[in-house]
Amino acid sequence: MEKRLIDQQLDTLRDEVLLLGGKAESAVQKAMKALTTRDSKLAQNVLDEDRIINQMELEIDRLSVEIIALHQPAAHDLRLVISVAKITPVLERLADHAGNIAEAVLIINNEPQLRPFPEMSIMSDHAVEMLRSALDAFIAEDAEAARQIIRRDKMIDHSYKKVFSEIIAMIINDPTTTTSGAQLLFVAKHLERIGDYVKDLCELTVYLADASIIKHSLKR
Amino acid sequence: MGNIFEMIKISVSNLNFFYGKAQALFDISVDVLEKEVIAFIGPSGCGKSTFLRTFNRMNDTIPIARADGSVTIDGTDIYAPNTDVVALRRKVGMVFQKSNPFPKSIFDNVAYGIRINRIHKDKADLAVRVEKALYDAALWDEVKDRLQTSAFGLSGGQQQRLCIARALAVQPEVILMDEPASALDPIATQKIEELVVELKKKYTIVIVTHNMQQAARVSDRTAFFMLGKLVEVNPTQKMFTNPNEKLTEDYITGRFG
Repeated sequence: MEKRLIDQQLDTLRDEVLLLGGKAESAVQKAMKALTTRDSKLAQNVLDEDRIINQMELEIDRLSVEIIALHQPAAHDLRLVISVAKITPVLERLADHAGNIAEAVLIINNEPQLRPFPEMSIMSDHAVEMLRSALDAFIAEDAEAARQIIRRDKMIDHSYKKVFSEIIAMIINDPTTTTSGAQLLFVAKHLERIGDYVKDLCELTVYLADASIIKHSLKR
Repeated sequence: MGNIFEMIKISVSNLNFFYGKAQALFDISVDVLEKEVIAFIGPSGCGKSTFLRTFNRMNDTIPIARADGSVTIDGTDIYAPNTDVVALRRKVGMVFQKSNPFPKSIFDNVAYGIRINRIHKDKADLAVRVEKALYDAALWDEVKDRLQTSAFGLSGGQQQRLCIARALAVQPEVILMDEPASALDPIATQKIEELVVELKKKYTIVIVTHNMQQAARVSDRTAFFMLGKLVEVNPTQKMFTNPNEKLTEDYITGRFG
């Protein structure tokens, strides 16, 4: 039996969100690689790709509105459209943070190379892995998996505090590293915000799967 | 909010309904609360109109129809042998899918029930009651200058509101609406829906509709029926965002029905 039109459109919506999520994940990975390898070309590529991500957001918005206007979805279908409409700007902002990291890389690469910060790499690997898992949980509509990912955000917060202290200590000991150090502080903050956005994604997955709103809740 | 038990207007317990040997309703139990709008939805032939008609015993007009179980209004069993069915149908008014004005003037359509029930004190009081009923049915402004003209001169939507006014004139407590807007255009439908929202301040309203968006727009609670059984009843917001039963979800998302 041929799928109903609304089911086809809902499938398209899921696919588009997954693609957008993949692009956002790739942007973060490339931006961090550009930082660790001092690759300005790669950083610029991240900035150029942001335009594509913005277009994808607009297309998903358009499709979401169209589904609501023409099909008046209810129950699970409605929660899916609402979740997607809320997740899309989260993914777009997440990608913006990757762009901000890329901008920081372009500044840092004009300065002398600094010592590596392994904790920063741990932080970014963790953020990327959380994002990937969050997207999987969203597509699978797995509320329990989403809840577990939310709990892991504490690890990013912990790494952020550690990296922050290390960078401040470096700047104090060697003021010539101030420019690069400041940019690295921004990078760390962007990674920490990426972790927060992944949490938002997971909260919306719980809403989609369970119809439970856990946003702003102390008990998750 | 008072005690939930004090707020029950109609209580149905273990109701089974038959047309001869054919069973149309199976073990229905549900309460209708005071001054709520509750919508009955479900595919064609699911029993929702049959169930609606048990509230004012309109099924009595069908010789082979039989109810087994309990239906109480304000705690009184309406199927008790000594029930005054005429008084019941005054208390529980009904509006049908196809509007059915009498072949009389607009005024006389509304006045008819008042007159035969001798509700009015005198001619002046009658006129006041007719005006109030037409006003409450959101029709007064459109007909006040032609009350003596034939009701058949009204549009479909106006005729339906006239039928509502006719029901309101005899001071009901419950209004039953069996697909009241299904024969109307979108603008007339919207007026009926707005009227339902206004009327629930004073009356308990039970509405049967095959238009799920209408149920979503006007009702406080929604009851879903399937093959003569009550599948689920819940606050409308929950029904349309997260129903308990998969069958309900499949119906309201249009996967069947």
